[in-house]
Amino acid sequence: MADLRTRVAGLEMENPTMLASGILGQTGEMLLRIIKEGGAGAVVTKSIGLGPREGHGSPCLVELENGILNAMGLPNPGIEEFGDEMRIALSGGAPVVGSIFADSAENFALLAGKMERLGANALELNLSCPHADRFGLDVGSDPDKVADIVRSVKSTAKIPVFAKLSPMVPDIAGIAMAAEDAGCDAIVAVNTLRAMKIEVKVGKPVLRNRVGGLSGPAIKPVGVRAVFEIAGRCKIPVIGVGGISTGEDALEYMMAGAAAVQIGSGVRYRGTDAFAKVCGEMSNFMDANGYSKLSDVIGLARRV
Amino acid sequence: MEIVTVSGIINETNNIKTIKFKWAARPEPGQFVMVWIPEVDEVPMSLSYSGAEGGITVQDVGEATWALHGLKPGDKIGITGPLGNGFRLKGKEILAIGGGSGTAALALAVERAIAGGCNVRCALGARTSDELLFRKRFTDLGADMFIATDDGSDGHRGFVTQLAEKMLAMKNKKKPDLIIACGPEPMLKAIAEIAKNAGIECQCSLERYMKCGIGLCGSCQCGRYTVCGDGPVFTGEQLLGIDDFGKWKRDASGRKTGLS
Repeated sequence: MADLRTRVAGLEMENPTMLASGILGQTGEMLLRIIKEGGAGAVVTKSIGLGPREGHGSPCLVELENGILNAMGLPNPGIEEFGDEMRIALSGGAPVVGSIFADSAENFALLAGKMERLGANALELNLSCPHADRFGLDVGSDPDKVADIVRSVKSTAKIPVFAKLSPMVPDIAGIAMAAEDAGCDAIVAVNTLRAMKIEVKVGKPVLRNRVGGLSGPAIKPVGVRAVFEIAGRCKIPVIGVGGISTGEDALEYMMAGAAAVQIGSGVRYRGTDAFAKVCGEMSNFMDANGYSKLSDVIGLARRV
Repeated sequence: MEIVTVSGIINETNNIKTIKFKWAARPEPGQFVMVWIPEVDEVPMSLSYSGAEGGITVQDVGEATWALHGLKPGDKIGITGPLGNGFRLKGKEILAIGGGSGTAALALAVERAIAGGCNVRCALGARTSDELLFRKRFTDLGADMFIATDDGSDGHRGFVTQLAEKMLAMKNKKKPDLIIACGPEPMLKAIAEIAKNAGIECQCSLERYMKCGIGLCGSCQCGRYTVCGDGPVFTGEQLLGIDDFGKWKRDASGRKTGLS
């Protein structure tokens, strides 16, 4: 059996699969189930903001041929109401990463402090949601703003800080380097791609918000490319995400240079135990191909 | 998502309508669909009819249900599904308990059970006799009917849960092999407890604020479950194991609020 244990920016994980932000991470009990029964090495919460937010109207999600299009719009109960959920999730014994979003460096730092006090083992900064005005990609496409936010959060946070980036920029590795220079501990790549679905039989966009973010198999090659580019220019670890639902998908990201992976839409295709299934498949593949530990495969496709 | 054409509207009660549409899917009884009204909203609805036409039965309670009530034959709507699990019918004696428009979720199960040779007793509850849903439909199918109304205008005066307790105490009736129920959450909690005390398996269709319908977004999380991904039909045992059940629901932001 290949050894799947890994350590990413100081987080000890039983395996390299993590629940991606925005998927199921609303209640502590569900996060606990994803850890205990689902087999995830770590979980990331839904993105939490300073106050409650209802998100966009419905339809906010539609399944497409090769992916899933969503415009949830960052619904969340607000940080003050998230303490109970964190307490329950943390009882699972695996790292719980608190995802946060804000509209300024100052508010990111404020939220980071609150999330750290709720016990989060690391912070993931949502700098990449493609369908919420003033948040996400609106702050994450400018390397100077990203550096400001990371510096501001790092000035107060004692736990590791991850920056989750969008692939919808000319040079994602450049943004990642700006985050690294500002003290970021790991990069998470990629968030969803801004996209639209029009139902031709009624001549209207399906999503109430008209545009949303595309995830799933359709975006995997984009994510793999982004991870490959970032890993080539940054020293800090990269966590790969985008279209992973099998062990081979995960290994592809790791060979591009990812130290760990996140699974979101894959839960739709493989169930809440997608993590255990992906790990089983990774292990089988590694055994069959003579890899005994993750460091044998991480960055393999980069080696000259 | 499949775009379908509304084929007919049935006025079931003064504020409940059935919308039928051309749709050939074969749902399990208790499954639901996401219904898209272009440019207005998308809502989860239990299927109340299947066959050559599908159907949903809607009480007018808000923006989307109001838009559903305004639909006319020929209008186009989007249907995603069938989604979720369904009732797992078992045994010979079935007790179906419906509260208000929740009765819609039981209709296909009652049909299937009777077609399969089961004896079905139905306990229907509503505020007043005019609002009793599917009374004639279930009677015509051959179900043994029992009625409760809040105002006493028909049958037992009071809650359908009290009626169900009386029915289970009847010495001349066989003990049900299965209780199926749908209605307001406090009613389901009472039914789950009554079933547990009587040692009868119980399956309830749970209704919660829902967004994605496919077990991803987590809006309808109830304890360790999502209603769309793990339900909407849960056993009484599962439901009684959820701390929030019958006490709290979550609003669109995920905050806990009281059941209203």
